[in-house]
Amino acid sequence: MSLTPKQIERIAHLARLELAAEEIPAYSDSLSRIFGLVDELDRAQTAGIEPMAHPLEDQVQRLRADAITSPNARDLYQQNAPQVDGGLYLVPKVIE
Amino acid sequence: MADQTLASLAAGLKARKYSSVELTKAFLGRIEHAQPALNALVTVTAESALAAAAAADVRIAAGTAGPLTGVPIIHKDIFCTSGVRTTCASKMLSNFISPYDATLVGKYKDAGTVMLGKANMDEFAMGSSNETSFFGAVKNPWDLAKVPGGSSGGSAAAVAARLAPLATATDTGGSIRQPAALCGVTGLKPTYGRVSRYGMIAFASSLDQAGVITVSAEDAALTLQAMAGFDPRDSTSVDVPVPDYAAELQQPMRGLRIGILTEFFGEGLDPAVEQAVRDSLAVWQKLGATIQEVSLPNLPLSVPTYYVVAPAECSSNLARFDGVRFGHRCEDPKDLLDLYKRSRAEGFGSEVKRRIMTGTYVLSAGYYDAYYLKAQRVRALINQDFRRAFGEVDLLVGPTTPTVAFGLGDKTSDPITMYLNDIYTIGANLAGLPAMSIPCGFAAGLPVGVQLIGPHFAEGRMLAAAHAYQRETDWHLRAPSGWAADFEPSTTGGAA
Repeated sequence: MSLTPKQIERIAHLARLELAAEEIPAYSDSLSRIFGLVDELDRAQTAGIEPMAHPLEDQVQRLRADAITSPNARDLYQQNAPQVDGGLYLVPKVIE
Repeated sequence: MADQTLASLAAGLKARKYSSVELTKAFLGRIEHAQPALNALVTVTAESALAAAAAADVRIAAGTAGPLTGVPIIHKDIFCTSGVRTTCASKMLSNFISPYDATLVGKYKDAGTVMLGKANMDEFAMGSSNETSFFGAVKNPWDLAKVPGGSSGGSAAAVAARLAPLATATDTGGSIRQPAALCGVTGLKPTYGRVSRYGMIAFASSLDQAGVITVSAEDAALTLQAMAGFDPRDSTSVDVPVPDYAAELQQPMRGLRIGILTEFFGEGLDPAVEQAVRDSLAVWQKLGATIQEVSLPNLPLSVPTYYVVAPAECSSNLARFDGVRFGHRCEDPKDLLDLYKRSRAEGFGSEVKRRIMTGTYVLSAGYYDAYYLKAQRVRALINQDFRRAFGEVDLLVGPTTPTVAFGLGDKTSDPITMYLNDIYTIGANLAGLPAMSIPCGFAAGLPVGVQLIGPHFAEGRMLAAAHAYQRETDWHLRAPSGWAADFEPSTTGGAA
């Protein structure tokens, strides 16, 4: 299967990745090769087989009590933030 | 310092042959010497290492030391280390200072180990050669023109060059076992859920597992003891009792049923690698194990299955890197979409982008059933194959990799040839099984690894088989020359 430059642009947009025009042919080529490999899955007879999402099938997601388990460490976490003001993360204006 | 293994170094500390500070200085000296050539580390934490070593010496003197107290360790830079840069070898996180410790890092700290630094790796653990690191490729200490394997290439190269007796690592599709094989060291990937993933930067959450690279299987057992166990902070951590792995090492080989995987001995396997692996079977046979062929007919589909499942999970996990709360942010974004797109485009390398896009595509409307659900169904078939096999045999054995270490740059142009390096390792991840690679010889002067795969939570049995093999052979004690020899600790006693 091969992916067209148009499809690559669409995928990159969905993935929120800016791609320069000159990068597109290389991704088109390598993703097409990857899906060529993936197409081998068509050989497998999977009718009636339940999809396996997780290796430990008999495990269930645990629940815990709805209680505070860790202290507020906002200031510490925000030391890694590119831009903060008054404890808030700043982003470009989203509402006109 | 003839002591190479963690067990012998720990014994040396206990017997006061050297102090932890002396040991730490010696290993830091080795790192300083080797780092320009190998590039095995991203960050060296010499100052905090010496402080931790001094604290360990106090514990040893007070008689409150545990088995790992004072032993140097290197953590793969995928594990969050409080107050220390944690990069995942990506530009995206190149300035990220973790505000907390991964559970695994905390456990090793509590055990009294001394962190020397953070190991280089493939960016976000995506790669099989350590060439995708933002900080540059790691070189194989056996031959500087060869790759160390990946993604835990820095961890494997560091242990091979004896820059530390143990290094933590992670394995999503072979990232512990493949570099262990290519560098001639012992690599252990435990059962999915056996070791906490809390604070381990996520790549593919249904496949990722933390483990370790050491010189010997005995060392791997010692370290697994420190790492394993239930963690309420990891929702996939399994609440199963942790056995005494040192005691498990003594399990007899007599009557052990070893299955050799027919599918692993076909086309593409280097004949010299095959020979070394087949020779290893004779050792277990001599010890009383029986060998039989086992076929897993769906196993050849593990690579295409993986390259749907892993990218799908990766595209979801890496959505968190958006330039808002932490990580790289682009200059002067014109709006929020521009902020996301350029921050991610600038912060991620090309292999990571390739996998994010592959995953985005297989999860997108109209393709989800054809790719993602189909791959999950094939994953179930592969899992069934393993279950059937473990009804007949106790362990599966085969090569870890199709070839020995390949040249730097040899496989970077075509992703498929790179992906096929993991053809023998991916199956264990898809089924969540424990697996190891141990050194079993050389081909063309480079190390060969033999892989062991066990049923869920059978780490003890697998480690016992590896340990029994290593008592009969000395492949695991062969180290590349030129890295460790010049830096001996100045011992206060008369030893080493």
